Amino acid sequence: MNETDQMNPSGQSSSARLFIMIMPNMDRVDVLFLYRQMLLIRRFEEKSAEMYALAKIAGFLHLYIGEEAIAVGTIAALRPDDYAISAYRDHGHCLARGSDPGHVMAELFGKATGLCQGKGGSMHLVDAPRRFMGGYAIVGGHIPLATGLAFATKYQKLDLVTVCFFGEGAIPSGQAHEALNLAALWKLPVIFVCENNRYGMGTSAERAIALYADVAGAARSYGIMAERIDGMDVLAVRDVMRKVVEQVRGGKGPFFIEAMTYRFMGHSMSDPAHGHYRTKEEVEEHRKRDPLLLLKETILSTDLGTEADFIQLEREVGEVVTAAVKFADESPFPVLSELYNDVLAE
Amino acid sequence: MLMSYREALNQAMREEMRRDSRIFLIGEEVGYYQGAFKVSKGFVEEFGPQRVVDTPITEAGFTGLAIGAAMAGLHPIVELMTMNFGILALDQIVNNAAKIHYMSGGQLSVPLVIRGPGSAAHQLGAQHSQSLEAWFCHVPGLKVIAPATPHDAKGLLKSAIRDNNPVIFIEAQLLYGTKGNVGDGEYTIPIGVAEVKRAGRDVTIVAYSKMLQLALEAADQLSREGIEVEVIDPRTLNPLDLPTIVASVKKTGRLVIVEEGWRYCGLGAQIAESVYAAAFDYLDAPIQRVTGEDVPMPYSRPLEDAALPDKARVIEAVKALYGVQ
Ligand SMILES: Cc1ncc(C[n+]2csc(CCOP(=O)(O)OP(=O)(O)O)c2C)c(N)n1
Repeated sequence: MNETDQMNPSGQSSSARLFIMIMPNMDRVDVLFLYRQMLLIRRFEEKSAEMYALAKIAGFLHLYIGEEAIAVGTIAALRPDDYAISAYRDHGHCLARGSDPGHVMAELFGKATGLCQGKGGSMHLVDAPRRFMGGYAIVGGHIPLATGLAFATKYQKLDLVTVCFFGEGAIPSGQAHEALNLAALWKLPVIFVCENNRYGMGTSAERAIALYADVAGAARSYGIMAERIDGMDVLAVRDVMRKVVEQVRGGKGPFFIEAMTYRFMGHSMSDPAHGHYRTKEEVEEHRKRDPLLLLKETILSTDLGTEADFIQLEREVGEVVTAAVKFADESPFPVLSELYNDVLAE
Repeated sequence: MLMSYREALNQAMREEMRRDSRIFLIGEEVGYYQGAFKVSKGFVEEFGPQRVVDTPITEAGFTGLAIGAAMAGLHPIVELMTMNFGILALDQIVNNAAKIHYMSGGQLSVPLVIRGPGSAAHQLGAQHSQSLEAWFCHVPGLKVIAPATPHDAKGLLKSAIRDNNPVIFIEAQLLYGTKGNVGDGEYTIPIGVAEVKRAGRDVTIVAYSKMLQLALEAADQLSREGIEVEVIDPRTLNPLDLPTIVASVKKTGRLVIVEEGWRYCGLGAQIAESVYAAAFDYLDAPIQRVTGEDVPMPYSRPLEDAALPDKARVIEAVKALYGVQ
């Protein structure tokens, strides 16, 4: 893989172009699965916003709308026993990892049937059986954890990789740099996936990161192989990630991916879709490269699927999300004695 | 003048920044975003980006930078988006800000305010709902303030900005929108002076920040039942105005301390110890504490409600002083 691979003006990385050339050999089942996963996240997030407006969900709610291709493309390249960990914008990663949407929604509702029995909430989803090791709400704070997961798998002589998702806003943090150095120093099997959606709350990358034009450069400075990719193209993401995962699994040390993306919604529910920090036009411009649209166009143009397939997927996913809400709504709240359980392990 | 807690903070900083060009505000989203909770509304427009400095998400870095700037003669106000993120800056606060004056034998000083919201709001989860004032109060070399009303917030913030020491100034998300009368014109409130917020003869309640409101509501209800509660807001947590609390306890003989933070090693334990030492013979019953439960804050609504002090618990604690269930 070429470390200096940069985005061309159309926003595609050279590896993405390469991949599209081999597209005709794509498996119909595979591409429709990727589409379905992204659609599930999209509809789940839209429903979450609705439920927030109805006060079924409270606290902070950060939607992943616009960024679905990164979680779906990356996780599609993993084995079920690989680890994944993310920040607080975590519904997409959790769903892509295969968590049951009903249990995820129930967690957002604070119900006893939630993934974490209602104790975690939107920002702290954990699904240990699916090796989703959690969402964390202190920016940069989980990057050392990912490094530790990778340290453990190497120590245990397991051929597992750990994927760590975080926003570009974490890049200036000391914890990120300490973790990058350790990962490089000890050649740990960890893949850092920086979801560069261009803003940390209202602060653009230009205003927060000295090397904003090459965020991956931070990793390279520690000797970590790094690549910038188009995070709106799920096939490109998966293609690159397959190679990266193979290399990292093979013991070549950590890898850093800077996936260029865009958050279509506000930072959280209290932030409008376009605050004073970005214009409506800018948001509209990026919506033209909606990851769902891009994949749909590819599928239709390569005859891997038809409009009927998409109608069918919409129906299926719609039913799943409706059922998730119903499950969450009908589930009980935790009993009060739960308050004191799990403070310490047995 | 009636104004919100948020506006009172805004005025305090604005007046001080107009008065003294050494003062600048630094933190995440303080400038163009107008503050994560809109406390610095209009600041970047008035003072410009040189004095209203937006930072990357680097609490240790910019807090350390502010300490360095203070050592060189500036008077920084550091806004922490929430006190939870102060944990990332704790090394700078504890190992540098709090000790530099002492370690240098008084040669250097660190005139610095670190402010932002502490405590829980509504279902923000375990990492965003903490009351960490006891941590800061534990450290010699820091002053700690936690005002409950707009009037106190304004007067104390101005004093904090004028102080020559590092001051931790703890606000609360759920207080920002609350309104109250704020004194007209220029005024300050001295650090280290409590205020009797309600006079009473039977029981003393000490409560600060968000908990003051609970205490006052409980006092109203208890008054209807014939128990007259005196409510004291220490306002400054370190240095603590012990004489005001002790004088009240000597009068009432009964004390309840209300705090939102965890019980174990909480601030109330320290206040109780100080009161026992100063007024043991005056107490008619053991001191009662109402605190947050010793658990990481759960997200789920009923669990969160159960983890936090409420009016009913304050009333129960008062009645327990009389042996009533
Ligand atoms: C240490 C810390 N400081 C501040 C915050 C408040 N905060 C929450 S999200 C956020 C922006 C993060 O942006 P980025 O990492 O790019 O992720 P994105 O939200 O864009 O996914 C900030 C400042 C926090 N959670 N943790």
